[in-house]
Formats: sequence, C-alpha cells, structure tokens
Amino acid sequence: MTIDANTLPLVAGDDPAALAAASPDWLATLRRAALARYGQVGLPGPRTEAWKFTGLNALKALQPVPAAGAVDLGLPEALKALECVSIRVVNGRAEALPSDLPAGVEVVSLGDPAAVPDWVRVTLGGVVSIEASPFAALNTAQFTGGVAIRVARGAMPEAPILLSLLQAGGDGTATIAHPRVLVVVEEGASADLVTVHQGGGGYLANPVTEITVAEGARLGHAMLQAEGPEAFHVATTALRLAGRATYDGFVLATGGRLARHEVRAELDGEHIEYSINGVYLGAGEQHHDITTFIDHARPHGTSHEMVKGVLTGRSRGVFQGKILVRPDAQKTDGFQMNRALLLSRDAEVDSKPELEIYADDVKCSHGATVGELEDEQLFYLMARGIPRARARAMLVEAYVQEAIALIGRAPVRDAFAAVATAWLDRHVAGTGE
Amino acid sequence: MALLEIEGLHAEVDGKEILKGIDLTIEAGEVHAIMGPNGSGKSTLSYVLSGREGYDVTGGSIRFAGRDLLEMEADERAVAGIFLAFQYPVELPGVSGMTFLREAVNARRKAAGEADIDAMAFLKMVRGKARELGITDEMLKRAVNVGFSGGEKKRNEILQMAVLEPKLCVLDETDSGLDIDALKIVSDGVNALRDPGRSMLVITHYQRLLNHIQPDKVHVLAGGKIRRTGGKELALELEQKGYADFVEAA
Repeated sequence: MTIDANTLPLVAGDDPAALAAASPDWLATLRRAALARYGQVGLPGPRTEAWKFTGLNALKALQPVPAAGAVDLGLPEALKALECVSIRVVNGRAEALPSDLPAGVEVVSLGDPAAVPDWVRVTLGGVVSIEASPFAALNTAQFTGGVAIRVARGAMPEAPILLSLLQAGGDGTATIAHPRVLVVVEEGASADLVTVHQGGGGYLANPVTEITVAEGARLGHAMLQAEGPEAFHVATTALRLAGRATYDGFVLATGGRLARHEVRAELDGEHIEYSINGVYLGAGEQHHDITTFIDHARPHGTSHEMVKGVLTGRSRGVFQGKILVRPDAQKTDGFQMNRALLLSRDAEVDSKPELEIYADDVKCSHGATVGELEDEQLFYLMARGIPRARARAMLVEAYVQEAIALIGRAPVRDAFAAVATAWLDRHVAGTGE
Repeated sequence: MALLEIEGLHAEVDGKEILKGIDLTIEAGEVHAIMGPNGSGKSTLSYVLSGREGYDVTGGSIRFAGRDLLEMEADERAVAGIFLAFQYPVELPGVSGMTFLREAVNARRKAAGEADIDAMAFLKMVRGKARELGITDEMLKRAVNVGFSGGEKKRNEILQMAVLEPKLCVLDETDSGLDIDALKIVSDGVNALRDPGRSMLVITHYQRLLNHIQPDKVHVLAGGKIRRTGGKELALELEQKGYADFVEAA
C-alpha cells in the first residue's frame, strides 16, 4: 500500500466535490475554497515552522474510515456532578438536541446545512482561517455535522452548556471525524461552555470550533481533552472578540496519543479581556501540543496566558505562543507564561514564545520555565514528616491547581480541579523517584 | 538515656568536610545553644540532624531516643520527633497553611496507626495556637510562606512546632532578620513549648536570642568542632569578646 505523505484520504461519506455540490451555496463556496487550499498545501511536513515540534508521520500513516457506531462512554467522574445543559456530538454529528434549553440559548444541528438559520450562515467559516491551518481546511471541506450555539443578546444562562464530543474509534483501522462547532455570543450576553472530547479505540478527531463574542459579552470556555489513549486529536479553536468582550478560556489536556490544540484569537475591539490558560498532563508516550495565537488589533486589550505542563514517562510537551500587537493596539497589556514540570528523565518539552509588537505604548511580558520539583520544597515537606511520595504528589498537585484556579466560574473550576487530581492520583501519587 | 547523642560526627557537603568530629549529648528537657561564627558548620549540623540530602555523614553516629538516626529518612526523623525551624523557611505556592499542617499531623498519625485527625477539632486547635503567635486565619489560608515577611515566616515555623509537638526542636538562626517585637513573639512561643520531655537546640550567631530563651548549656562551634562548652554565662562572654579566639584556634 502506498501512503501519500501529505494528505489524509478524503473520507467524509461522499466524494468531496459531490459534498460541495450537495451543500447550499454559502457552504459549497466554503467547501470548494477549503478543498482547493487543502489540495494545494496538504498536511504539514517537518519543515513547516508551525509544526516543527509535532511530527505527523504516525498520523499520516493512518488510512482512516469515517467514524460510525455508538460510543459507550460516560463523562469523566469529576464532571458528572456539574449541573449543566448537555449536548452530545457523536462521530461528528449532533445527537438529539436538548429540549429544555435555558432562556436565550438556541442550539441547532449542522447536520442539514440547508436548514440552518441566518446567524449560522453568516458566521460559519468566517472566523477560522483555512490558510492558517490545513486541518481547519480539511474540516471545512469534510464536516458532516456538529452544532451551532447562540446565546442571545443580554442573556445570562446560569448553568454551563456542556458540549460532549465523542468518537468511536476502530480496532486496527482508525476512524476519522470532523466535528464542527459554532458559538455565537451576542451583545451583552454571558455564558459558560464546557467542551469535552472523548473516544475509544484508534481514531483521528479533527474538531473545529468557531466562536464570536460580541460587544460587552462574556464567554467562559473550559475545554477538556480526554481522548482515548490511541487517539490523534488535532483541534482548532478560532475566536473573534468585539469591544469590551471577555473570553475566559482554559484548556486541560489529559488524553490522546498525539494531541494538538491550536487556539487563535482576533481581538478586534477596544478593552477586550482575553484569557487562554491551560494545563497539559502527559504520561507514557503521549505528545501534547498547545499552540496559541493572540492578535491584538485594537487599543486597551488585555491578554493573559498561563500554560503549565506536567510530564512523566517518555511524554512530550510543546507550547507555542505567539502574541501579535498591531500598530493600532496601543495600551495593550499582554502576559504570557509557560511552565513545564518534568517528572522523569525521559520526558521532554519544547517551548516557543513569540512576541511581535508594532505599537510603542504596550506592556507585554513572557517567560518560560522548565524544571523538576524543587529539592528545597521536597525537603521542607519531608522535614515536617510527610513521606517523599506524598510530598511529591502534593507539590505537583499544587503546581497544577495554581493554573486551574484561573478558571473564573467556580463549579467549572472545581470540576476541572477534580479531573486533574484524578489524573495525578493515577500517574504521579505513589510513584518513586 | 539521653534524648540525643552525637559521637565523633564528621560530615561533608560537595566533598568538603564541614563537621570534623562533633560530640554532643542533650538530655530530655534541656535547652542547648550552639553559637559560632559564620561558616563554622552550625547550619550543616541542623541539616545533618534533620536528614537533608547532600549532607553526607562520613563518620560517627547519632542516636535519637535510642534509635540510629542516620538510618532514617527526613520524614521518619520528623515523625520520630525532630523538628527543624528553618533559617530560611521555604515558600510552597499552591499549598495552603492548613493543608500543610494537616498533612504533617496526619503523617504522624498514620505512622502511629491512627486515623486522620478530625478536621473541625484540628482547625480549632490550630487557630488557638496561631492566635497566640499573631498569625491570622487569612495567613493560614494562604499558600505556605508565600508573600510572608521575614517575621511572619519565622512565626509560622514556631506555629508548626507548636502544632507538631516535637521531642527535639532545632532552631536554626531563628532570630535572624527579626525586629525586637517579632523576636519577643517568637521567643515567647518557644518558651511556651519548654517542657521536661522536650529538648531544644538553639543555633545562633548572637547572644541576644539567649536573653529570651535561657539555655542550660552553651557550646561554641568553630571550624567544624565544638571548641568549648559552658553555662549561659559563656554566651555573654562571647558577646563581649567575639569569636576571634576560636576562629584562630580553628
């Protein structure tokens, strides 16, 4: 069997050209452009700068088939207690949508693009850049469903919306799905979204999420990547924020064999408060990549980015964070910090911060630290009688929870804290040196 | 049987010999002071006693309450009753003061085969002791030593000592960096813990702390050896004459 080194087979059910032809005009246009783009560039290779730390050879060797079948997986234990409105997208297609939505929240399936309301039609495909990511192009060309969520002007639903994206993998042959999500938060609205990625068996998940947060609106968005151990996960989240908008984003990555989450935000208004914080937890041979791009286009914007990693075994972490401050974005206040804790000699991390500043009156700081547990702290705990293994676990837990504490909404924060604790109990507590 | 018996103790750090034959016996209930110039090995002795890695014992023995201390890990020594009040207390970001204390107490209870301490009773007990040391509830909730002043850190050490009720308190330069008010609070806290069953080893460069914590015996450590031993009047003599004689002798 020959493997085309630069593309994944286009497998979304029908012939891609037919898929485009069968779509309504607005979507057919998007699909044709995406196909053309993907055909042109294919998948990134080792010489592609943006992907130089995340090799795709194993992914390119897949000959995946469209994901199908049931996924017999419940939410992680720590999230079960969270009171929320639950939406499930399985194998890239929305299941029956909840009927008891809070006031001001509308959810539509993307399964029938011809039937979607105007707010979907005018926004979908307009936030994510197919030029910036071939995987986003692939998703746009191939997605067969997903959901669009609208929080209406001024609405403030109390319960978080929990969006569960599940995929049935194969045993031997991998599956592929391209779930598509659109979130539109209208003027002055405020909502919380929790996205959870899970699956079993061998598969490639290629979700694309587009988010717009309008003038004075707020979205809290906590993302949990808890894919199965054999999964490849390449997620793209693209955001556009208007003036005085707030986005409180958090990525917690625990799953997958190889996972990359790319979050790109366009801060297109004044006085925007943008946060994209996160934690990745790696064990065994896992590879975690968190890549972010923050585009400060207007004055008085604030961005906060704290990404922490814990790596055990032979796992590997990658952080790439670019902050662009355009000439018009005076008084920008940008903070970026990337820390990684290596708990084994074979773990590895690559960190690439990148500041590109064209305005002269800005405050931007960035830093990166990579290290092991501090001997001094370990000794302090042991000198109080706490055994070494417990002392280690306490320090790692504290290190991780410090980042999770940045999640604004308390019930979501508590749930994510519990997810991290469960991971640490399994992979760090009780382990030796 | 003495609580602590050190015989012919030699220790090195990074291959350099710092302690060159220390003999020291402390009976239960006694307060001993170790005074000496900078670089004499005072802090090294405190780390060797508490089991810090990188402080290698090359000769001699230490017996604590009849057990061979050098066979024990740092946490086992702490559970057995040795407490080191650090010269530079360590910051623990993300670990709250209450969590830290509870973990330390429960580690002891676990070693003794007891169940974890009742959370409410523990909170009440810690708050009571904290109040006597001028430590607020807010400080207990905060991460250990993070953002604390020098005086707050030292008071926090004494609080831990009060909660853990050790058999041997090793106070390493506890007076350094304190103003007179903080020195009094810390000394009062230490004196409140004096007990016929509890011994103390007070390591200090200056005599002033010993005005507040009266020792039974004073030792002069210089050049890695105890050069002289006397009563509390020895401290006053050192205050007047300094360590010049001993440094030359070393």
